[in-house]
Amino acid sequence: MLKDQDRIFQNLYNDKGSDVTSSQERGDWVNTKKITEKGRDWIINEIKESQLRGRGGAGFPTGLKWSFAPKEVGSRPHYLVINGDESEPGTCKDRDILRFEPHKLIEGCLIASYAVQAHVCYIYIRGEYFVDGQKLQAAIDEAYEKKLLGKNAAGTGWDLDIYIHYGAGAYICGEETALLESLEGKKGQPRLKPPFPALIGLYGCPTIINNVETIAVVPTILRRGAKWFASLGREKNTGTKIFCISGNVNNPCNVEEEMSIPLKELIEVHAGGVIGGWENLQAVIPGGSSMPLIPKERCETLKMDFDACVEEKSGLGTAGIVVINKDQDIIKCMARIARFYKHESCGQCTPCREGSGWMWRMLERMAKGDATKDEVDMLGDVTNQIAGHTICAFGEGSSWPVQGLLRHFKKEIEKRNNLDPIVQKKNNIPYLVDQHLLDKKNA
Amino acid sequence: MSLRRPAKDQPESFVFNASSLEAANVIVAKYPKGKQQSAVMALLYIAQKQNNNWIPLAAMKYIAKFLDMPYIKVYEVATFYTMYNLAPVGKYFVQVCTTTPCMIRGANQLVEACKEKISENECELSNDKSCSWMEVECLGACVNAPMMQINDDYYEDLDKQKTLDILEKILNGETPKPGSYRGRVNNEPENNRKTLMDLKNA
Repeated sequence: MLKDQDRIFQNLYNDKGSDVTSSQERGDWVNTKKITEKGRDWIINEIKESQLRGRGGAGFPTGLKWSFAPKEVGSRPHYLVINGDESEPGTCKDRDILRFEPHKLIEGCLIASYAVQAHVCYIYIRGEYFVDGQKLQAAIDEAYEKKLLGKNAAGTGWDLDIYIHYGAGAYICGEETALLESLEGKKGQPRLKPPFPALIGLYGCPTIINNVETIAVVPTILRRGAKWFASLGREKNTGTKIFCISGNVNNPCNVEEEMSIPLKELIEVHAGGVIGGWENLQAVIPGGSSMPLIPKERCETLKMDFDACVEEKSGLGTAGIVVINKDQDIIKCMARIARFYKHESCGQCTPCREGSGWMWRMLERMAKGDATKDEVDMLGDVTNQIAGHTICAFGEGSSWPVQGLLRHFKKEIEKRNNLDPIVQKKNNIPYLVDQHLLDKKNA
Repeated sequence: MSLRRPAKDQPESFVFNASSLEAANVIVAKYPKGKQQSAVMALLYIAQKQNNNWIPLAAMKYIAKFLDMPYIKVYEVATFYTMYNLAPVGKYFVQVCTTTPCMIRGANQLVEACKEKISENECELSNDKSCSWMEVECLGACVNAPMMQINDDYYEDLDKQKTLDILEKILNGETPKPGSYRGRVNNEPENNRKTLMDLKNA
């Protein structure tokens, strides 16, 4: 287990209060000026050396992302945007940072803004977190009062203004370009990449977008050094991470732990074990609903980090662990996730808009045992038609959980659904006929 | 995608009152000059708050003029995002999360409680017209499942009886205390905390 002094979010459970004085006692805002005096290149290098990877799901190296910002500010100003549109089912870590550790986030904003030369920072918070957003706003007001923000923020000589922008219940706005569209006052439909936001982002200006947790750990990394952060976890999967353990466990909770911690330890030690004992475990979704589930056998040895989860054909994502025990109907659980994606598709790309509803309707029937034998393969086919054929990663996000179900629980579906199809002869063509796909094998 | 339609009965006109106008001007000042369109989401919230928790078409037209943008762009935004109510809802607006993490911890019991106490169907006003409920997608409090949101507040760690009690209070015009209903502190593991013990006992 990680030592308490190595935990970054000391106030994760709000033992001490989130105001500026108690935050300063925990080490926030103490020598911000000293950090910025070392210069932009030092900050970006230090973050690169710490091997910090984005905590929002994709796991992109943060230092590398910052280095994409233009070195000189041209005619267009730079922006820093913080993504707090946490909507992935199973994930609730950013909420605790917003309400209990707001000053870590605000100080991180200042340092990151300095590093990428932004004078304005927008924090995009999902609309449902209104109360938590108000707490962050109170912390921002407090910071302005203590001259930690505004002109010459915290004595660093850098001017920074932070504004909160509330979303309004659209999951897709967690996608960075959809978030920018939403910030510009449009409906949140993702943009084509390239151009990447680092060059053409908010209002067509260079924009760096980071997750709340990523930015909130930055000040601590710079204070304690990249070496300390890199010593936790393992190569390329360094540092600590807030894990959210929900579902069928005795004590669902948020806990900050070292990367690469075994999944079993997280569940057994921190979350009080699976309801009905470890033997009653059916499957685990390791990183929020869009990551494929992992069956019990693999959970025994799984290490929770980016690369180990990918080896299991899943992903760490946001580290929102959903534990599903044998009392649950796994097909029904996935059908509900499919309904979520059907509801949240932005409707821009046809494969995702139509396919997400199609998957949901098929899974609902499969849960009831109303599907025909050939539909199991059809379902797999539909997922392949969505993944990789959309503008943003929502296509993958909606089809991966279904693919995970098919990979590990296909027998269960086939056992329940053995109605004969109307057309008996099996035609070996994809259901959405598309010539370039026909040429590929197993398209 | 979700299907969203504006209400049939629409008021003739809508204007911001003094306090809304003040709040709107503060919001517009957050964004660079000429980019006032960014304020549309916040202004829709203000309109919704002023107009008993729903947005009439007249308000969208008013906001379009206010921000100097086409009406259709405001309409697009208002119909795209699910937190804008396009038809009247109760003064107490109950949203029950039923996505998988809540579902496997018994969110259906919360739905049953709402059906018993408020109305048989979702988005329907209760008998005294003060309350309505609906199922929503993940509200982002998964370790506190099952949970529901009433107006701005989260009510967490519920079961059927606790939900019935909360709804009873609301129908009587009281505001119950938000937060966990199993007595735990925030997101810590109940009675099983193993981290940061020095701070807890301090």
